[in-house]
Amino acid sequence: MTVTHALLLPLLVPMFAGAWLAMMPARRQRWQRSVSVGASLALLPIAVGLLCVADTGAIPVVAMGNWPAPFGIVLQLDRLGALMLVLTAVLAVAASVHASCGDARLGRHFDALFQFQLMGLNGAFLAGDLFNLFVFFEILLIASYALLVHGGGPRRIVPGLHYVLINLAGSSFFLIAIGILYGLTGTLNMADMGVRLQGLDASSLPLAIAAGVMLQLVFLLKAAAFPLYFWLPRAYAGATPSVAALFAIMTKVGVYAVLRTQALIFNLDAGPLAGFMHDWLWWLALLTMVIGAVGALAAHEVRVLTGYLVLTSVGLLLAGTSLQTYEAWAAVLYYLPSTTLCTAALFLLAGALDTRHDPVDPALERPVGKAGGRVVRRPGMRLEGALFLVAIVTAIGLPPMSGFLGKAMMLRATMGPSAAAAWSVILGSSLLLLIAASRTGSRQVWSAPYVRHGVRSPRRGVVLRRWKLTCAMFLLAGNVALVLFAAPVERYVDATAGQLSDVAAYREAVLHTPPAKEADR
Amino acid sequence: MEAAFTLTIGVLTACGLFLLLRARTFTVVLGLTLLSYAVTLFLLSMGRLVTGRPPVIVEGAQYADPVPQALVLTAIVISFAMTAFAIVLSLRSLGLSGTDHVDGVERP
Repeated sequence: MTVTHALLLPLLVPMFAGAWLAMMPARRQRWQRSVSVGASLALLPIAVGLLCVADTGAIPVVAMGNWPAPFGIVLQLDRLGALMLVLTAVLAVAASVHASCGDARLGRHFDALFQFQLMGLNGAFLAGDLFNLFVFFEILLIASYALLVHGGGPRRIVPGLHYVLINLAGSSFFLIAIGILYGLTGTLNMADMGVRLQGLDASSLPLAIAAGVMLQLVFLLKAAAFPLYFWLPRAYAGATPSVAALFAIMTKVGVYAVLRTQALIFNLDAGPLAGFMHDWLWWLALLTMVIGAVGALAAHEVRVLTGYLVLTSVGLLLAGTSLQTYEAWAAVLYYLPSTTLCTAALFLLAGALDTRHDPVDPALERPVGKAGGRVVRRPGMRLEGALFLVAIVTAIGLPPMSGFLGKAMMLRATMGPSAAAAWSVILGSSLLLLIAASRTGSRQVWSAPYVRHGVRSPRRGVVLRRWKLTCAMFLLAGNVALVLFAAPVERYVDATAGQLSDVAAYREAVLHTPPAKEADR
Repeated sequence: MEAAFTLTIGVLTACGLFLLLRARTFTVVLGLTLLSYAVTLFLLSMGRLVTGRPPVIVEGAQYADPVPQALVLTAIVISFAMTAFAIVLSLRSLGLSGTDHVDGVERP
C-alpha cells in the first residue's frame, strides 16, 4: 500500500458501500441513510488528499494487476482529475444529506444506486484508457437511469425513457468509435493512442477523423450540446431535487471527456488530426448558449430554469474547450466548479421554491384537502429566497460571485479574432438569463400563493427543512470560497491547464512508469 | 468472408437505426438490439478477420487478438442488461400513459 494505491479509494469506498447497501434489508432505513451519508463524507477527505498529491505536479499511475501501461489497464490522477474528484465529493455530500431528508424514501435502493453513480463518476475521472472510460461511463449511466426515474410517476418515466434510449444509442456509437480507433492504432490507452495517431498514414486519416467525430458527438450528447440537448430540460425538471443536484456534474463529465480526449488524443501537435473539431465545436457551443438563454426565458419554474442554466454553462465551457488555448482552458476549469456548485444548489432550492412539488414524504407531509386547503404562503420563505438570490447571481455571472470571475476569465481568453461572436453571445445570453431569472424568481419567491401542506409532526418538518437548506448553503459556501480564495484557485487551474497542454510529460508518466516491485505490493 | 461480414454489419446497423427512429417503444427497443448486434460484430472485426489462429498464445504461432474479444464480452453484458431495463421502462410508461408512443402521448 503506497500513496499511489490511494488512487483506488475513490472507487473502492462507493463500490463497497453500494454493495453493502444493496444487500441491506429495505426496512433498515436509518442504517441505510447512515452508511450512504458516511460513505459520501468519507470521499471528501480522500478527494482533498488526492488533490494535494496532484497539486505537486506529479501524475501517480496505478497499473491494475501490475501490467505496464499500453497493455494493462491504468488509473492515473492528474490535476484535472483531482479537481473533478473534489467537486464530485462535495456534490455527493450535499446530495446524500439532502436525500436522507426525504427524497431517498420515495423509492427503493436509492442509496445503493447513489453510491454506484459516485463510483462511475470517480472512475471516469481516473480512467487512463478509452475502453475503461466507456465502462465507467456505463456504470454512471446505468445508475443514473434508475436514479432519474426514482420516485416514479409520468413526469419522470417518460423523460427517463427518452434519456435511457438516447444514451443507449450513444453508447453504441461510443463503442464503434473505440473499435475504429483500436483497429487503427492497436491500443486503447489514451496517451499511447495519441502517440500512434501521429504516425498514421494518409490513407487511414479519414477513418480516424470519422472515429474522432463520433467520439466527440457521444461526449457532446452527455454534455447536452446544441443539437443533442433535447433530453435535458425535461429530465432534470422531473428528477427529484437530490438526484438533479448530483446530475449537475453529469453534463460536466461530457465536457471533461471532450477536454481530456482533445488534450491527449486530438491535441494540437497531433499532426493532421490537430483540432479537427475546432470550428464545429465552437459554433455548436455558441448555439448551445443561445438556446439555453432563450429556453430560460420560457421557463416558469425554478427547476426548468436551472435546467436551461446548465445548458448555457455547458455552452460556455465547450466554447472555452474548443479554443484549445492555455488561457481558455484555465477559464473553463475555473468556471466549471463554480457553475456546477451553484446549479446544484439551485436544484436543491427548487424543491422548496416550486409550487408544484411532490408530496415529499407521506409520513411527514401531506397536501391538505379542500376542507383545510386555504391557499396561503408557506412560512419562512425568506431564507430560501436569499439563498436563491445568491445562487442565481452566481449562475448568471454577476459580481461579486464566482460566476462573474469565471465569465470574465472567459471573456479575456476570447480576445482576438473570435471576440466579436464570443463576446456578443456570452454577454447577450447573460442578459437574457438575468431577465428570465428575475421574472421566475420574483414569481416563485414573492408573488405566488402556496398551497399549505399539512405537516403531521411540525418539529420534524422544521428540522428537515433546516437540513435541506444547510445542504444548499454548503454548496453555495463552495462558490463563496471560490471567490475568497480566487488567487490560489486560479494558480491551481493555471497549473492544470499547463499540465493539460504538456502532453509529453503526461505520456512519460503513464507509459514509462516502471511496474511496482514485488516488495511494494 | 469479408464482403458477407461487412454486409451483415451494414444491414444490421441500417435496420437498427431505422427502427430506432420509429415512434413506438417496441420498435425502438428492437432497433437498439439490432444496433448492439452490429456493434458486437464490428468490434470483433477490429481484431482483423482471420481463421485458424489459436485463441491463446502458442509458441511460434500468430495468435488471435484477444482485446476485441474482451471488449465484445463487456459490450454484450452491458447491452443485454440495458435492453432489459429499456423494456421494463417502456412497460412502465405504457402502464402509466396507456400508450406505447415514446412521448407517452398519442399524436395523430
